[in-house]
Amino acid sequence: MTSAPVAQPRIRSRRPARGLRKFVLGVAGLLGFLLTWELLPALGIVDARFLPPATTVLAQLATEFQDLEFWRNVGRTMTTWFLGLLIATLGAVAIGTVIGLVPYLRRLTHTTVEFLRPIPSVALIPLAILMFGFQMPAALLIVVYASFWQVFVQVLYGVADVDTVARDTAKSFGLTRASRFRNLVLPTALPYIMTGVRLGAAVALILTVTAELLIAVPGIGRVIVFARGAGDVPTVYVYVVVAGLLGLIVNLIFRLIERRVLSWHQSVRGEDVA
Amino acid sequence: MIWGIWGTISPQKFFPGPIAIIQAFIETWIGPAFTADVVPSVVRLVVGIVVSILVGIVAGTVIGLVRWLRELLEPTLEFFRAVPPPVLVPILMLVFGPGDATRVIVIVAGAVWPVLLNTIEGVRSTDSVMTETARSYALTRVERLRYLVLPSASPRIMAGVRQSLSVALILMVISEMFNNSSGLGYRITYFQTNYLIAEMWSGILLLGLMGILLAAIFGFVERRVLRWYHGIKEVERA
Repeated sequence: MTSAPVAQPRIRSRRPARGLRKFVLGVAGLLGFLLTWELLPALGIVDARFLPPATTVLAQLATEFQDLEFWRNVGRTMTTWFLGLLIATLGAVAIGTVIGLVPYLRRLTHTTVEFLRPIPSVALIPLAILMFGFQMPAALLIVVYASFWQVFVQVLYGVADVDTVARDTAKSFGLTRASRFRNLVLPTALPYIMTGVRLGAAVALILTVTAELLIAVPGIGRVIVFARGAGDVPTVYVYVVVAGLLGLIVNLIFRLIERRVLSWHQSVRGEDVA
Repeated sequence: MIWGIWGTISPQKFFPGPIAIIQAFIETWIGPAFTADVVPSVVRLVVGIVVSILVGIVAGTVIGLVRWLRELLEPTLEFFRAVPPPVLVPILMLVFGPGDATRVIVIVAGAVWPVLLNTIEGVRSTDSVMTETARSYALTRVERLRYLVLPSASPRIMAGVRQSLSVALILMVISEMFNNSSGLGYRITYFQTNYLIAEMWSGILLLGLMGILLAAIFGFVERRVLRWYHGIKEVERA
């Protein structure tokens, strides 16, 4: 991704060959995996009732793509995921900045945070069911709880990373609180926040699907549970593959956003400061 | 404190005060329930974690050292890491049947990826000058692995282990919520469906304590393993 088109033509000409090799091998690996999957039930190593061959699953996936209900389920999952991530991010950034900027608050909350953070979010599922019933807010509670900490901790680190000289300079230049926050704290903390959001996005997706699996909130997780209950094994596999694809897409999108938002930042520009 | 006062002033159905929870905690978890539910859960969790760490490090080292293997497997592994681990629970239950072994497999299937991918990354980013130095000093393969590759990958590996710990704990609970027999996850769901609110909270508290305990143990091990690394960081920062 380094853009040095003029300076090093020699390396550039070699790179496509490397990239091609990587691509071919990667595709070969995927095909090999699919082939193994196809062969396992075909050779009777695993019962085909429990592991339908890859072709069956992929064919059904292709027909599902034309089904409106399929897209609705994906949409439901992604809505829960997005709302959860949004609430968690906004909350974590707001609370994190306030706590991070006030050393007194930081010391006060430290032990509480350290206690609450390791509580596995799935432990809250029963509570969520009691509070909201088998509804979307129950899933949201869990998603928000899980992804909140990811962002929150990063925000704390980010705010703590503000250069003291820069902060004192800004103060003595009489910048208002708001403009100090906008022009100094936020840019410093942004890379941390982005890392937090990227981690949080992955966690949020995991917890969204989990909530659908266990609370039966509508979405792809619930389809898996229903299909499993009905003995419709291929559908289970189809939706597991879909869940994986969603995970991949979420990863890719957030890497892209990170690169966009932080295009000015050292880690993305990749230039030497020396 | 705030919680205690608030809980006594406004007694709510779903949020009992801390005293009630601690009482329930003692009544529920100390006694036969400890051996019936807590011990099996913990055993499964520990076995799952140990297996995933071992598999992750061994497979990761091999894949990280062999370039064509790495390029062959990378996209497939990326996909597997992207699959939210809980959806694997129904599949694995189908293939392996319900039972203790399946629960361990579930934990491994979810927790192995962070360790594996981080090990690959860590092994790959071994300093090339050091590799060549080691080679020209005629260190054997095993020696190179022991004294160069693994130590230089260990910060990454530990970061992976940290991630996989929380995944493992989550999967332990989920796999128990799925198949009702024994274990913490099962107990908590049982309390919830029977409206034993204080008992349910005590279960959540217990899980939280386990999470903290795991984090503490990890922190201790990490400090031991990466003492040299933190030392270097300290010097660099000073």
